[in-house]
Amino acid sequence: MKDYVLILIGTILVNNFVLVKFLGLCPFMGVSKKVETALGMGMATTFVLTLSSACTWFMYSAVLVPLGLEYLNTIAFILVIAVVVQFTEMVVHKTSPVLYQVLGIYLPLITVNCAVLGVALLNVQAHHDFLGATLYGFGAAAGFSLVLVLFAALRERIAVADVPLPFRGPAIALVTAGLMSLAFLGFTGFVRG
Amino acid sequence: MFTAIVALSGLATLFGCLLGYASVRFRVEGDPLAERLDAVLPQTQCGQCGFAGCKPYAEALAKGEAAIDLCAPGGQPGVVAIAGVLGVEPTSAANDGEPVRMHAVIHEEGCVGCTVCIKACPVDAILGATKLMHTVISAECTGCGLCVGPCPVNAIELMPVEVTLSTWKWTLPAALPTLRTAA
Repeated sequence: MKDYVLILIGTILVNNFVLVKFLGLCPFMGVSKKVETALGMGMATTFVLTLSSACTWFMYSAVLVPLGLEYLNTIAFILVIAVVVQFTEMVVHKTSPVLYQVLGIYLPLITVNCAVLGVALLNVQAHHDFLGATLYGFGAAAGFSLVLVLFAALRERIAVADVPLPFRGPAIALVTAGLMSLAFLGFTGFVRG
Repeated sequence: MFTAIVALSGLATLFGCLLGYASVRFRVEGDPLAERLDAVLPQTQCGQCGFAGCKPYAEALAKGEAAIDLCAPGGQPGVVAIAGVLGVEPTSAANDGEPVRMHAVIHEEGCVGCTVCIKACPVDAILGATKLMHTVISAECTGCGLCVGPCPVNAIELMPVEVTLSTWKWTLPAALPTLRTAA
């Protein structure tokens, strides 16, 4: 039980995927202009990451390890992730139009995100069990969403601020991201792993 | 090596079948009427009909919430095509003589070469480069008027297309409903 709590805290705060591991920076800069879109993206990411880390764990331990094909993990994981996301998108589109409107446009975006593959590969490295792997994916996504929403809120405020001309646009956004990353470094050593 | 190939091909086949099955099983039925209407719209997404694009206009048409003669780029042939799909008569407004076809004209002395209109044009009918004068390819222009507003120096104007030998059309005789429904 303690291990699982530590995995959650570790992925959300200490080894935050965006600010400490620098994975998933593309949506971090791309969809953080508005808090609503950041929330939508965060929810879609949480959904996909939790699901894909469970599926890739299953794929790895039920197919790749028994066949002795561990070296194929990257290509197999990409396959699994793409299929799972596509499949869920179809099911969601059919069964829940409301959910599809909230998540739909972000689901294909997140499929090819490096954070998703990163979680799957890190799960293998860390030898997590099934629950651990799923929680690791969920925690990574929760950390991603947290940072994304915080960053979007900051950017909304910055958008109306009087920023010096050379710093406007992406420059100030990157400076902000850097400062946030420094702030999150304060959690270092809190939890190992 | 052999196991790897078999395993990966097996997985790919399995997933392919799964996705293929899912795309049939979880197929979302769109409104077939809206899709047929969307097919006859010009797909310039100019928004002059008052909707966000061609698809929303088609959906509104299918629900009967929009008039059939709102599409400017489609012109009179578009109205006839929409009327044909919906099974209604082309609107009387459109029947009162052909509306004059318009196209955009850039007044060359005014153009400052800002390229704003190039970005606004949905059909890429404006030619030009930064700080060089732009011009409209009349044959490509649909007369949607989206470039008129953005021009910072008001150098673009919609002008009626002059009738030449190549653009002149024999107007349909008024009392031939069979011809019109066939179109």
